[in-house]
Amino acid sequence: MAPSGIWVYAIAERVDLTPLAQIRGVGGTQVRTVAAAGLTAVAEDVGLPEFGEEALRRNLEDLDWLETTARAHHGVIDAVAQQGPLVPMRLATVYSGDERIAAVLTERGADFRSALHRISGRMEWGVKAYADRQTEASDDSAVTAGTSGPGGGAGAAYLQRRRNQLSAQKNARRETLASAESIHAELSRYAEETRVHTPQAPQLTGIKAPMILNAAYLLDSGQGEDFAAAVAALADQHPGLRLELTGPWPPYSFAGTGGEGGLT
Amino acid sequence: MTSANVTQPGAEAAQAYGSSAGGGQVANLGDILERVLDKGIVIAGDIQVNLLDIELLTIKLRLVIASLDTAREVGIDWWERDPWLSSKAFDRAEDGRGLERENQQLRERVKELESGRSSREIPQAGRKSRGS
Repeated sequence: MAPSGIWVYAIAERVDLTPLAQIRGVGGTQVRTVAAAGLTAVAEDVGLPEFGEEALRRNLEDLDWLETTARAHHGVIDAVAQQGPLVPMRLATVYSGDERIAAVLTERGADFRSALHRISGRMEWGVKAYADRQTEASDDSAVTAGTSGPGGGAGAAYLQRRRNQLSAQKNARRETLASAESIHAELSRYAEETRVHTPQAPQLTGIKAPMILNAAYLLDSGQGEDFAAAVAALADQHPGLRLELTGPWPPYSFAGTGGEGGLT
Repeated sequence: MTSANVTQPGAEAAQAYGSSAGGGQVANLGDILERVLDKGIVIAGDIQVNLLDIELLTIKLRLVIASLDTAREVGIDWWERDPWLSSKAFDRAEDGRGLERENQQLRERVKELESGRSSREIPQAGRKSRGS
């Protein structure tokens, strides 16, 4: 039998394993719980040949492995989140034994409990805004059309045109970013807490338009509908932007204990 | 053209994720990776893997390398402002020097490829963290 470690998914107060019976974790097996100090960790026994330190280093470089594992990790957290508040663990939190997990639950119990209290009855929603590139392009051409260098040759005219073009691009970009700011400000009114994350690269989104806003909002459970309506209204107000709403998510962006909930 | 992608609040989470604008896939990989790698609470496990500082950067750099040509074709300059390539995560990297050098080389390569094109402003919107 290969040596094993224990992969931790999340910490909650109480977890019912019955609804999780069909769920498979990152190692392809059922999850179990480790309880101590009035808290419960959702965990899975995993083989060290795949999830040990060296193996993890190697496997995390493998995007296919990473995707499968990230989805499985999220799948368990998402399922547990249906039962109530939880503090999600970052991917690849692995312990050597139950007693080590129990020790962490005991030592950091106050932190976990305060985080659980903060996110209780709340879920995370994500809003991303993409700049519509066609808008920028048409702005450029509008300005370009009306310019000719006064008394200058073709070279001067070109430079003037180029300068106007660049400044039009700059203005368009500034306006786009201002729109993103105002969208975020409006949506923040619905949220208990917000986090602005760094924009994602097109490789991860599969969308070519540049992302100009990537924000997370912690909403009371009843707020989802109003929030979705607000996003739709804002999309109408900003035809140059595409808005995308995702959620509800387990409160990944807000589960930090203490002040380090947001990394951005 | 505007398309607001509005999921149904109160629906099962898995269904709601499925209607993401990316084109019908179940929850967008980027969204998941962003959350499980970057967010979520960090407590020291017995097995130490410094995700943020090492592996992710390598992955991101690899994505950059793999995608330069494609991205150039569609005129995207995201790498110039990509936070992964310029953020504090870099400074925290344990072997940040090596990665920094690699990053520098990449940047120079990007510059070469991009020479003649306009330099673009770095957007600030995504850099601020505002709690309420």
